[in-house]
Amino acid sequence: MAKTVKLTAPLTDQDVLQLNIGDTVLVSGVIYTARDAAHKRLVDLLAAGEPLPMDLAGQIMYYVGPSPARPGRVIGAAGPTTSYRMDSYAPILIKLGLKAMIGKGKRGVEVIEAMKAHKAVYLGATGGAGALISQRIKAAEVIAFPELGPEAVHRLEVEDFPTMVINDCQGHDLYEHGVREYRRTTAR
Amino acid sequence: MRQIEVAQVTQAVKAAAIAANYEPGADLLAALARGAEAEESPIGKEIFRQLLENARIAKEERIPMCQDCGLAVVFAEIGQDVHLVGGDLDQAINAGIRQGYAEGFLRKSLCHPLTRANTGDNTPAVIHTEIVPGDRLKLTVVPKGGGSENMSRLFMLKPADGLAGIKARVVITVEEAGPNPCPPLIVGVGIGGNFERAALLAKKSLLRELGQANPDPEVAAIERQLLAEVNDLGIGPQGLGGRITAMAVHVLMQPCHIASLPVAVNIQCHASRHQEVVL
Repeated sequence: MAKTVKLTAPLTDQDVLQLNIGDTVLVSGVIYTARDAAHKRLVDLLAAGEPLPMDLAGQIMYYVGPSPARPGRVIGAAGPTTSYRMDSYAPILIKLGLKAMIGKGKRGVEVIEAMKAHKAVYLGATGGAGALISQRIKAAEVIAFPELGPEAVHRLEVEDFPTMVINDCQGHDLYEHGVREYRRTTAR
Repeated sequence: MRQIEVAQVTQAVKAAAIAANYEPGADLLAALARGAEAEESPIGKEIFRQLLENARIAKEERIPMCQDCGLAVVFAEIGQDVHLVGGDLDQAINAGIRQGYAEGFLRKSLCHPLTRANTGDNTPAVIHTEIVPGDRLKLTVVPKGGGSENMSRLFMLKPADGLAGIKARVVITVEEAGPNPCPPLIVGVGIGGNFERAALLAKKSLLRELGQANPDPEVAAIERQLLAEVNDLGIGPQGLGGRITAMAVHVLMQPCHIASLPVAVNIQCHASRHQEVVL
């Protein structure tokens, strides 16, 4: 049965190996944000042999471009963006020790294979619940590429940030599993 | 001729852009509440509850419902007896978007298509103007998220494909989208016209009050059938499995060329935002 696990980043292999699809993971600690443009920048830095703005070992990457914070607030709305757009970059980062990604939507075969090979997981957050999710973010700071605006890399401190395991280290997929149970059609 | 100052347009667009992002419509809230009751999947039920809670927090805490505050689509229905004075209409609309997104703490999500450099103020809006009878100006601001727009499709079918072909394309579009566009969805379908008109019909269908049927009984029947077929896919809220993949299918239809059967499917996530103002 699905379980609820509290994890604090950075993560170890043991942290992610215990997870199965459908498990709830409440994430605390430091996570980093990056979406389309930031991923391209990170991979370009690696290709040029230059250092990344963060050490990826054990880290969690959150695919999000938050809305601006009002004065006195930590952050604006901050729900996940669709993950497949990061699929061409993700395996490179997983090889460097990235242990988890938070987003929404399906991942490609290469990402799932990389997660199996290097022990990483893909966690889903509720897409479109940006106001609700923002309440679990306790601090936010831009640490790289400020010129990218909402696509800049932020360092976030989160507390019990709610996610669910979509892909575990064994290559299972919660979306396929969940849909099979409710499908009533033979279309396609 | 009734004169309307374009400065009024700027003010109206600004207010509508902010309101659309913070205040979900009563029709959407009612549909989410119905979903929380009707969904059979426990995870799906929980997602509906989260979305209702998210809507409450957005309004009370003044946090946008979704961090993707959208590309601003603006429909301007201009009465033919209206004389717009004091400046350029497109510039006035864009000024409203610029001010609304800055002052409303909304995310600026537009960029150069190749360099990907952010334009910094969420302009230019995509503006659709239409001349209609009367002396009023109706503005509808529709912040449209990128994730659901990416899953939208246009098909130039053969007349022989018929209604069965149309339905198959709509269902395939929703199936391929899966969890990506943030279901529970509203599926906008445009049938007929030509290449660009089908897409515009699909977009316009999303403006209709959620769950209201097309007044044409023939089209309303197609909407009901499509909703049932889409929900048979079992994709469910957030794609985690469930009965409610779409809360509604809206169809608009008009005549097309004897050689053609254009069909556009515009996918709308559950954060369906549109705000109307009449000057």
